[in-house]
Amino acid sequence: MVRFVSGLTVTERQVALVVLLALSLIGLAMAAAGRGDPMGAQGFIVMIFSVGLGFAVMSGYYAPEPDESRLSRYYDDPTKVGIVLTMIWAVIGMAVGVWVAALLAWPDLTFDAAWASFGRLRPVHTSGVIFGFGGNALIATSFHVLQRTSRARLPDQFTPWFVLIGYNLFCIVAASGYLMGITQSKEYAEPEWYADIWLVIVWVAYFLLYLRTLARRKEPHIYVANWYYMAFILVVAVLHIVNNLAVPVSFAHAKSYSLFSGVQDAMTEWWYGHNAVAFFLTSGFLGMMYYYLPKRAGRPIFSYRLSIISFWGITFLYMWAGSHHLHYTALPQWVQTLGMTFSIMLLVPSWASAGNALATLNGAWHKVRDDATLRFMMVAAVFYGLSTFEGSFMAIRPVNSLSHYTDWTVGHVHAGALGWVAMITFGSIYALVPWMWKRQAMYSSRLVEVHFWLALAGTIVYVFAMWNSGIIQGLMWRTYNDGGTLAYSFIDSMVAMHPYYIARAFGGLLFLSGAVVGTYNVFMTIRAAHAEAAAGETGADVPIVAGSGAMQAGE
Amino acid sequence: MPEFFHRKIERNAIGFVVAIVAVASIGGLVEIAPLFTIHQTVEEAPDMRVYTPLELAGRNIYIREGCYACHSQMIRTLRDEVERYGPYSLAVESKYDHPMLWGSKRTGPDLARIGDKYSDAWHVRHLINPRDVVPESVMPKYGWLARNDLRIDDLGAHLVAQQDVGVPYTQEMVDNATRDAYGQATPDTDAASGVSERYGAATQVRAFDGDPARVTEMDALVAYLQILGRLTEAPYKQSAAAEAGE
Repeated sequence: MVRFVSGLTVTERQVALVVLLALSLIGLAMAAAGRGDPMGAQGFIVMIFSVGLGFAVMSGYYAPEPDESRLSRYYDDPTKVGIVLTMIWAVIGMAVGVWVAALLAWPDLTFDAAWASFGRLRPVHTSGVIFGFGGNALIATSFHVLQRTSRARLPDQFTPWFVLIGYNLFCIVAASGYLMGITQSKEYAEPEWYADIWLVIVWVAYFLLYLRTLARRKEPHIYVANWYYMAFILVVAVLHIVNNLAVPVSFAHAKSYSLFSGVQDAMTEWWYGHNAVAFFLTSGFLGMMYYYLPKRAGRPIFSYRLSIISFWGITFLYMWAGSHHLHYTALPQWVQTLGMTFSIMLLVPSWASAGNALATLNGAWHKVRDDATLRFMMVAAVFYGLSTFEGSFMAIRPVNSLSHYTDWTVGHVHAGALGWVAMITFGSIYALVPWMWKRQAMYSSRLVEVHFWLALAGTIVYVFAMWNSGIIQGLMWRTYNDGGTLAYSFIDSMVAMHPYYIARAFGGLLFLSGAVVGTYNVFMTIRAAHAEAAAGETGADVPIVAGSGAMQAGE
Repeated sequence: MPEFFHRKIERNAIGFVVAIVAVASIGGLVEIAPLFTIHQTVEEAPDMRVYTPLELAGRNIYIREGCYACHSQMIRTLRDEVERYGPYSLAVESKYDHPMLWGSKRTGPDLARIGDKYSDAWHVRHLINPRDVVPESVMPKYGWLARNDLRIDDLGAHLVAQQDVGVPYTQEMVDNATRDAYGQATPDTDAASGVSERYGAATQVRAFDGDPARVTEMDALVAYLQILGRLTEAPYKQSAAAEAGE
């Protein structure tokens, strides 16, 4: 902790303290105004968080100014912390996932406490893995990729910390809020208005940091990974702001009422929801793939042209696809038809990306065989191709009449989330950790191998269980007997789910075990690096520094 | 040629940003904006009423407990759904729903037409322990709803916020929000009569949780569940007309 603070200039330390002081005052105001409302407890959390960090900054406040030589190196401290946070959130989010999966198989496996019920824990799982695990992974890797592909250092040392830590404050406020019953009920946009406003502030800082670093780049072209990271940052901002427009009951209430209602709200929500998949869980992670996969394979990207087609195809087409979540509902048919049509067209850019990734591995397949890290990325690309195909298929209206409202959707989401998002993340992290901590390799390549097989087995068990349960469910709901009446009651279909829910919890447990093994491996690598801290820098991984350090903005 | 063009724009960060935002905006603009302007999107239903303060509080509990994660409120235009749950859902039925609770998953059954299907006592028992009435159920127990008193002192502020987002609550409804919430769950008090004056004679006024002495969260949630699908008769009329026309 002290080491990170002493890397900041004295001015940056002061800015950090001022921001933390302001934040703790906001927390205090929320706690005071929100007495008798869950808002009060959220205020205390903000206050404890910022005061705690204030102490951390103070502990290194009187360290001497950092050496000027830092300006000739990339600034990787926030990436390092981001990697650790990614692994922690992975374990938390996936553990809660296993917990809620178990609750569906054994509903009495709970306490008589509101916070422990399925409805409150489920968003902790979804937000924990999407925003906690996925978001931290994107932020951490984007800082790394942005600097390397621009051959420039981040413009200042405060903003990346503000983005990373501010984002984690958002995640903590969101997750603790769900347990207290604070939710907007909009799926994947559950956090209430004050958390949403805070995320906008953090996001603007993130976007500006990206632009400022690009402005300092020594490469004339912006590398393809950065296109994806930029699309992720920009479009998520647009989606987040529009979908979260709401009127709070008062400034002392956590509760708000969304600006839109009924059919317009449904369309806005699924425009958001589907594009959270597109721009958070796809675009950002494609950015990751486009950097770490060719790097690890030691091969250039197969086709620049395919990259262009898939990038603009995804950016344009995805935004039309959200209405496929609302087939046969009260949403006007013309919107449903547009959603279906564009969802099918989406297969082209999606497979262009997946194919581009796999073709990049030509000439490096022996590495895929020997290196579990690269294999993580290869399998991720395969699952990306499979789940985008499945997604286009499920968006076809008659198919959707069977799949919608069933576990098939859940299976599809997890084929993407476990098979694609988590796999590409773990692969990237296993590539990145040794670079960041200046090690030859991970603490144990054997454990990477163990993690790989646990993750793959867990994904397959999970997805097959949900395919089975979803299709059985959908068929039972629409089966008629010879007399022309419905053959099964709803309860019949639920009873039929029981074995699959057990299998699903088991698959999730395998995947979680893999994440625990991975976390241990990351921690042991870091520990070994600290033990050998005396080792010198290699000097190879440095930016091009034009002129003197005096040109650094914000210092 | 297109490659050459792209080589140019990828050298300009601001230009690239503008291009991304422009390209990504089109889909939403074409699909969402007309839903606000095309008149036929939401049907006419003159008899549609707003939620009473107690029902609104119940709806907020439904949201708070995450019920929407397992229960949809949207019956699709499919034969088996209509036969299982009732007439398919109309857009007008969720016109006052900020936000909508159409849901995306049926771990449990659809609730769009659950109102009046079961007795209050059934709901209370089911919420306290679902397996008492449906042995195979995997729904959580919600025992605390019967233990917690409902917060009603701030319901006026809730109605004002609802007005701000476009729900036609009158000033009189706002002023009496707390009193009406209390009255709807305590039929033998003076406060009860105002509820049907303001929200219509058909409004259900009774001790939903079986205890007229207290207004609990259970009262609110059951009041909400019992009004689901009953805010307007439009879907039932439409389906009756369709059958008569055959």
